[in-house]
Amino acid sequence: MARVTDAPKVVTANRLQDGAVVWLTPAGDWSIRVQDAQVQTENAPVEAALAIARASAARQEVVDPYAVDVAVEAAGPRPLKTREWIRAAGPSIDALPASAA
Amino acid sequence: MSPSAAARQIAPPARGLPSHAGIYHYDQVDRDFLKERVEQFRRQVARRLSGELTEDEFKPLRLMNGLYLQLHAYMLRIAVPYGVLTSRQVRQLAHIARIYDKGFGHFTTRQNLQLNWIKLVDVPAILDLLAEVDLHAIQTSGNCIRNVTSDQFAGAASDEVVDPRHYAEVLRQWSTLHPEFSFLPRKFKIAITGSSADRAAICIHDVGLIAKRGANGQVGFEVYVGGGLGRTPFIAKKLRDFLPEDELIAYLEAVLRVYNAYGRRDNIYKARIKILVHELGIEKFREEVEAEFARMPRAQYRLDPAIVDGIKARFASQPYETLEPISGVLARARLEDHAFNRWVRTNVAAHRQPGYAIATITLKPAGGIPGDASADQLDAIAALAERYSFGEIRVTHEQNLVLAHVRQDDLPALWKALSTIGFGEANSGLITDIIACPGLDYCALANARSIPLAQRISERFADLDRQHDIGELKIKISGCINACGHHHVGHIGILGVDKKGVEAYQLTLGGSASEEGAIGDIMGPALSADEALDAIGAVVGVYLEQRQDGERFLDTLARIGHTPFKDKVYAAH
Repeated sequence: MARVTDAPKVVTANRLQDGAVVWLTPAGDWSIRVQDAQVQTENAPVEAALAIARASAARQEVVDPYAVDVAVEAAGPRPLKTREWIRAAGPSIDALPASAA
Repeated sequence: MSPSAAARQIAPPARGLPSHAGIYHYDQVDRDFLKERVEQFRRQVARRLSGELTEDEFKPLRLMNGLYLQLHAYMLRIAVPYGVLTSRQVRQLAHIARIYDKGFGHFTTRQNLQLNWIKLVDVPAILDLLAEVDLHAIQTSGNCIRNVTSDQFAGAASDEVVDPRHYAEVLRQWSTLHPEFSFLPRKFKIAITGSSADRAAICIHDVGLIAKRGANGQVGFEVYVGGGLGRTPFIAKKLRDFLPEDELIAYLEAVLRVYNAYGRRDNIYKARIKILVHELGIEKFREEVEAEFARMPRAQYRLDPAIVDGIKARFASQPYETLEPISGVLARARLEDHAFNRWVRTNVAAHRQPGYAIATITLKPAGGIPGDASADQLDAIAALAERYSFGEIRVTHEQNLVLAHVRQDDLPALWKALSTIGFGEANSGLITDIIACPGLDYCALANARSIPLAQRISERFADLDRQHDIGELKIKISGCINACGHHHVGHIGILGVDKKGVEAYQLTLGGSASEEGAIGDIMGPALSADEALDAIGAVVGVYLEQRQDGERFLDTLARIGHTPFKDKVYAAH
């Protein structure tokens, strides 16, 4: 089980049809932009958001939702762990081989 | 002209199946099987999308078809049986990458190709396209016998005793959907070679086979078992010195039965056969295998020479020209062009056929991503294979490609063409010929990024004169302890770890995946990426200072020990 921290949280998953990284918005739907994610600062709302996300997974919209720690910045939430900011921003390298650019 | 534009210029329109490419040619039974399998997975995907299957139910089914869910998308791992492809297959892979991915593919240490940006809804259509050219993604994942790997110079190398492709194909047919071995305690990897020089990393596989000839010229196999990397690395131990050809299947059945019966299923980290062999000891393990072997109805499992001959007959042979052993064209070009001569020194190997050579295409341009090739580059390589190597391409476990049958006279033109598409680097076996797993940029299991560090090392040592001066030095990088980047057997190994939420890199020294087989020793505490880069420089510096005439990096390390290297790297800490 993931360690419970005091950091603000957003809920994320991968979209079932294409595997794209998605973030749960305040409207209860999914966005591919982490900036659109609803930031939760209390435990109870995080659980409620996860319940919404699990219901979405049960409707075959997303796979394996979970909450991640973020820092709230002017540009929006920024995931704290390297893994999660790479999920949010995409690979840290050029997608195409350098020689093919 | 950009490499991409050059690649498009080289690649002419697709042609039919190259009739002389040295692959096993499928028959109708093979093709019908693949078609049925694609239809089965199409139905499974539809049931998942409709909700009839949950993710827990669907996951093992997609994994059996090589489909993973990674950080950003689904990843499809396409099997390249024992690393051999035709130009038609490579063109089809390029087409799939262009239409269904982001226009590139990643060759792996398992001689496979991974596509990193796949949509689940597209997978049935992709599998249709793969099946059109006799390709698939079966058994590239799951606790089964995985795609068999082999020597990338098979059937061409001057030092080859037995062509391992024929037996790799026997093993492919035997292991595909084998009902008894579809739910093993853990995955099972077999590698086979037929040469004295081990280019297939036999020593780090669950089973490693060296095909050789007995006193009367008959084919047999030296059998190794229990090699592997990951959390608990082991070099394989010898199980049999000479297993006669006709007993190959029976004996492997016995090995797998013992593993299936005694391998641990309660702890994923102790489930590989290497742990069983280690815990039982090789003598006891051998006793168990021999007892099982003795109990088996051997006639039923006998590998009939007629079957082997039938398989050999389905491999096309190459209509070689009769040529002088040494090409005057090649000799002159080497004298006239220093850069070409340098490429020949590192990237060209001796062929068994007079006047021919084996050319390694390192997918490691300076600062590039190890093992990546764009669709345009793949098309260009397919065209070059048709022009110069009977339409055949090999994939190496070091994430490179090989044209195995090039006329020596054609090497200058081939190198020029490769240079225009960004793959003419003269660095095979050198410090920038780095193995790197996808790491945390793509992989859901990774703890740290591999590719950016590989790129920085490649940039740091880009000077080819310096690389050639350093000589053979193999760097291997894994982004986690699962060791897909083979870091344990790197001359310099680099393991990415998560150090309290920060990426860090642990260095090892002295590993080797060749015939001497060795697991590297950890140098010391993990370093930041910047420090690791400097540490590589420091290690190379000590080697250059200390080496004696003719010594490779591993030779100097063996002579002077690890301390001078450790002292230099950690002096500032």
